Amino acid sequence: MHISPVLWQFLVKWLHASALFPSEASTIAPYTDALYFFLLTITAVGMVIVGILVFGFSIRYRKERHPVAIQVEGSTLLEATWTIIPLALFLVVFVWGALLYFRIYNPPVNSMNIYVVGKQWMWKAEHPGGQHEINALHVPMGRPVQLTMISQDVFHSFSIPDFRVKREVIPGRYTTVWFEATTPGTYHIFCTQYCGTKHSEMIGEVTVLTPDDYQRWTQGSTSGMSLAQNGERLFASMGCNSCHSGNAAARGPNLAGVYGSKLQLANGSEVLVNEAYLRDAILNPSQHVTAGFAPIMPTYQGQVSEDGLIDLVEYIKGLQTNYRVQQTLTTSQSNQVAPTTPGMVKP
Amino acid sequence: MSTTSSTIINLPDQRTATLPKRNYLNNEHGLLSWLLTGDHKRIAILYLISITFFFFIGGVFAGLIRLELLTPQPDLMASDTYNKMFSMHGIVMIFLFLVPSVPATLGNFLIPIMLGTRDLAFPKINLLSWYLYLAGGTFTLAALIFGGVDTGWTFTTPLSTHYLNTNVVTAATAIFIAGFSSIFTGLNFIVTIHRMRAPGMTWFRMPLFVWAHYAASVLMVLGTPVLAITIVLVALERTIGIGVFDPTKGGDPLLFQHLFWFYSHPAVYIMILPGMGVISEIVSTFSRKRVFGYTAVAFSSVAIALFGFFVWAHHMFIMGVSNYSALVFSLLTMLVAVPSAIKIFNWAFTLQKGSITFETPMLYAFAFFGLFTIGGMTGVFLGALGMDIHLTETYFIVAHFHYVMVGGMLMAFLGGIHFWWPKMTGRMYPESFSKLSAVTSFIGFNLTFMPQFILGYLGMPRRYHAYPAEYQVLNVLSTAGATVLGVGFLLPLLYLTWSLRYGAIAGNNPWQATGLEWQIQSPPLTENFIETPIVDHEAYDYEWLAHKTQQEVTTVG
Repeated sequence: MHISPVLWQFLVKWLHASALFPSEASTIAPYTDALYFFLLTITAVGMVIVGILVFGFSIRYRKERHPVAIQVEGSTLLEATWTIIPLALFLVVFVWGALLYFRIYNPPVNSMNIYVVGKQWMWKAEHPGGQHEINALHVPMGRPVQLTMISQDVFHSFSIPDFRVKREVIPGRYTTVWFEATTPGTYHIFCTQYCGTKHSEMIGEVTVLTPDDYQRWTQGSTSGMSLAQNGERLFASMGCNSCHSGNAAARGPNLAGVYGSKLQLANGSEVLVNEAYLRDAILNPSQHVTAGFAPIMPTYQGQVSEDGLIDLVEYIKGLQTNYRVQQTLTTSQSNQVAPTTPGMVKP
Repeated sequence: MSTTSSTIINLPDQRTATLPKRNYLNNEHGLLSWLLTGDHKRIAILYLISITFFFFIGGVFAGLIRLELLTPQPDLMASDTYNKMFSMHGIVMIFLFLVPSVPATLGNFLIPIMLGTRDLAFPKINLLSWYLYLAGGTFTLAALIFGGVDTGWTFTTPLSTHYLNTNVVTAATAIFIAGFSSIFTGLNFIVTIHRMRAPGMTWFRMPLFVWAHYAASVLMVLGTPVLAITIVLVALERTIGIGVFDPTKGGDPLLFQHLFWFYSHPAVYIMILPGMGVISEIVSTFSRKRVFGYTAVAFSSVAIALFGFFVWAHHMFIMGVSNYSALVFSLLTMLVAVPSAIKIFNWAFTLQKGSITFETPMLYAFAFFGLFTIGGMTGVFLGALGMDIHLTETYFIVAHFHYVMVGGMLMAFLGGIHFWWPKMTGRMYPESFSKLSAVTSFIGFNLTFMPQFILGYLGMPRRYHAYPAEYQVLNVLSTAGATVLGVGFLLPLLYLTWSLRYGAIAGNNPWQATGLEWQIQSPPLTENFIETPIVDHEAYDYEWLAHKTQQEVTTVG
């Protein structure tokens, strides 16, 4: 057999450049693939059984060989068989799938957090240390990374196929996803929820770095201000500190150490203060009045961008004492860059 | 042709045979007699012509989409145009083709005859439903002509309400109106099946075709109003900003997803159930056997209709619904897969000990088995929570629902059209051409959509105008397959039209089938039966048929 060498080269090159199976680049991927292969197997077995039945009967009982049909009513035993066996298999798939789901959507407690804001048509990643990236994400290998994501406009969906993770990015609420990358390299980020004209251009690359390279990258690409520092500046410039000063007589509740605590609200309910609560309380204060305080805080809907909200949330998360809040209050130029405090920068 | 042992086709002597002098087609003449008709058979023909028209419009969009995806670069059309293409493809194919396809054509034509009655319960509402369909179609065409719509068929908020500048309200109106057409069809079927069965036609003597339509009708009547409400809310949000779905006004964009899928998941069963009914009739006829486990098949239709209402949130597993509600919906999704498996095995065992022949409708039924089994099993992939995270919103989803909707429903529709073509028109289609088209569409279909499963697992997102270069090979295969598939769908249009004039005279019962519709002349009289039939046998009773035929022979002799 002779194949023209030109054609052969072309075919080889074409097939090498094309993909048939995604690489397994996260700790989740092997688990997902295991379920996938199990499902492929039961599909194949199911197809073979249906194929054997249909073709077997077609050959055996075709009119030439079997001119007169024999009427059969049905069979309860057979009905029970093909009800119970598929049901049992599907229930196995259900349990397996559920376990996988909880594994993918419950982040380990030691994971580092990166914020992602989706907007038409770009992904903006914000690292706690102040590194900002557009349509790119640098993460260290071998360390669980949680993404806290929100959309500034329409529904988007953040997908990294090589990690087998994906989560809808929704306006008005934080959603999270986590992964632990295992292999250095670059992988696709896709927006998988249709989001308008340039949906297919809302793509990017996640770069997995070895811990050393990652260290170098964080140092080399910081903007000089961490998210919390940005948040502190915003906190002062918007005048938040005039009420949330931490003074005993202050009109707003003390925010130091509030993150992670259980808060008693004016309407009697008790909430856990997390990122989502802090964000909602800034945008919709009248729905989140702390017990013992008057509902006097105005809404900041439309006045702070999602990036600004992330800064504020990060700032309040890390707020341990009101010393600096009060100091800023007494300074006349509150919108100056705040000096760095040791322990505030999280690389 | 009729004497070889490999076929059951039994045509009258072509030298002497003629079409019946009086039938529903020539009973009255003129365009008005069609446009004002109350005859369910004529309305079925009106529907058949209109859905075929929209099918080919939707098909053109599909062709252009595949052509664009031949290369990774966005080079054939602009992004906005591409987005309009897949939106219009979805809207036209789902609301104007798949939902009415089998029920409004074959169902309309056959249900009264299968039940042994003269017409549907409300003939004028039946005609109204066709006019509403036409109005919906007109609005869709208007949306198309005035610049198209690019929301996707899913109308996701807040994209559709706040961010797009296209004819969203026009398209929404189209869907709203077309929805009422399917509500009326469903209502008509339910009342007819309850109230107008011939003497002796008990529930368990009804053909499974009727059972499947009953289940689908219940879904249409209960589900479609929710779609109508959702669409109205989208239109109100867009025009006057009521804020139900707008988080900045205290609304919830996820609420839209819940409402939309509360209809749109049952809608896939509205689309597939009537197709399953067609398959039951075909498999029984061409294996000369009653359907194995009649009651199991009948009740599995009802079970699908029942469970089908409680699985909608499986479209939202990655959208931040509570983990525990995701668990419940995944479990229910696994349960709804079981009745489909039951049906497949019952059809397979109908073949056992039969006397099987392989005419065109049977080939389409075989194609249905293969494609629907793959479509159904890949549904289990997507119902498994953790698996869904990776697969959803990719080409895996696209391949899955095309396997169910095109591989399942369209194959069943074409099988049904071929099966009942002699009854509807009185003439046979050319057998060799139709077999060729069945095989062509089967091959073309697999070539088109099998690579998309692989693309989906690789992670290629759906609705992408441009894609990374490493996905090209599979996309080229898919586009090549679409070309073959297109030929497979175009052939029937040509030879079926040809057969209207030149096809062989079919006679009353070319397949020697047992249904009541085969015991009357083809094409039937306007009033269907000369005298109301009295049913004294179960469906698919081939001994009754043999006995009856024997008697006829003795009386003539």
